[in-house]
Amino acid sequence: MSNWKTFTKGLIKENPILVLLLGCCPTLATTTSAINGMSMGLATTFVLIMSNLVISLLKNFIPDKVRIPCFIVVIASFVTVVQLIMQAYVPDIYETLGLFIPLIVVNCIVLGRAEAFASKNPVWPSILDGAGMGLGFTFALTVLGSIREILGSGSIFNFRFLPEDAQTILIFVLAPGAFIALGYLIAIVNRLKKTK
Amino acid sequence: MKIIIILISTIFVNNVILAQFLGICPFLGTSKKTSTAVGMGAAVIFVLVLATLVTYLLNKYVLVAHGLEFLQTIAFILVIAALVQMVEIILKKISPSLYTALGVFLPLITTNCCVLGVSLKVVGEGFIYGNNVGEAVIYAAGIAIGFAVALIIFSGIREHIDLMEAPEGTKGTPIALITAGILAMAFMGFGGLV
Repeated sequence: MSNWKTFTKGLIKENPILVLLLGCCPTLATTTSAINGMSMGLATTFVLIMSNLVISLLKNFIPDKVRIPCFIVVIASFVTVVQLIMQAYVPDIYETLGLFIPLIVVNCIVLGRAEAFASKNPVWPSILDGAGMGLGFTFALTVLGSIREILGSGSIFNFRFLPEDAQTILIFVLAPGAFIALGYLIAIVNRLKKTK
Repeated sequence: MKIIIILISTIFVNNVILAQFLGICPFLGTSKKTSTAVGMGAAVIFVLVLATLVTYLLNKYVLVAHGLEFLQTIAFILVIAALVQMVEIILKKISPSLYTALGVFLPLITTNCCVLGVSLKVVGEGFIYGNNVGEAVIYAAGIAIGFAVALIIFSGIREHIDLMEAPEGTKGTPIALITAGILAMAFMGFGGLV
């Protein structure tokens, strides 16, 4: 597979959320607005790229039997790095995303890519794979965040386009709206895949 | 009285799945049949209570005592992974029947974000039950029971949905997510109870 394909497959064809349905917890919890979804996506992308890089470098030194705990330690280290960086430079976003930053450790996408790709492939494709998957994840989160923000608060990327007293569908910012919006988004993707 | 309030607020008002979005993967993955949902629910109750107890003590007597709080994420995930593995081995020896019932679900729990999520939350700043190990454990038990309740209700609904005709494209996961949304709306009705 060419490098370009390795990179692009995560964006649409094997999009981690819309097609593979991995990492649903942060998807639902952090997409109350487009900006939140995007920052969560970018944080995860960073962890994905770095953990894929390190794991593919170390793949010949890690014994097969204890590989999962080793992967988790690598991933958890980078999550801690992200956590500390965000705490220092973007404290507002860190407050909003809260618990879900440390929970990147248990995001199935990160461990899934480490196990399925980085532990078998050379360094450069692994980085591309991590970047592609991460950007696909960010893309899906931003789209879902935008939908929920437009319907729920009548704004996009914090830019309000409705008058102050306009009625919005508040339920989309609350918990039930997350499930319903993601459900319909996946349904639309399924439908588009069929007609292709 | 306080115990009852903790339990009601964690099981119904702030349900871990439907209001806090922790543990969605197993919620969608193991809810196709009621029997698997019961197994997963029981396994989560068991591990979550144990993991919270261990990580709480680890945090209090090792991490905080040495000023190493920034290692929480790494330390907790390792403890949880080791704990799940240990529980698996012990159960196999002591109670083979329980082991066969929970068997498949135990390894899956390591990556269930509600375990790590709750253990981090319990030791986090501003957590109201964080000063008392007993209350923290009851809180964890309530969360886990809430997980099991939501999972079992949802699996019951899903068994019926499978028999229905869903619109083109929404078959499978999408219709399950939309149903979960409606279930979450129902659970919102508990808001204000505590």
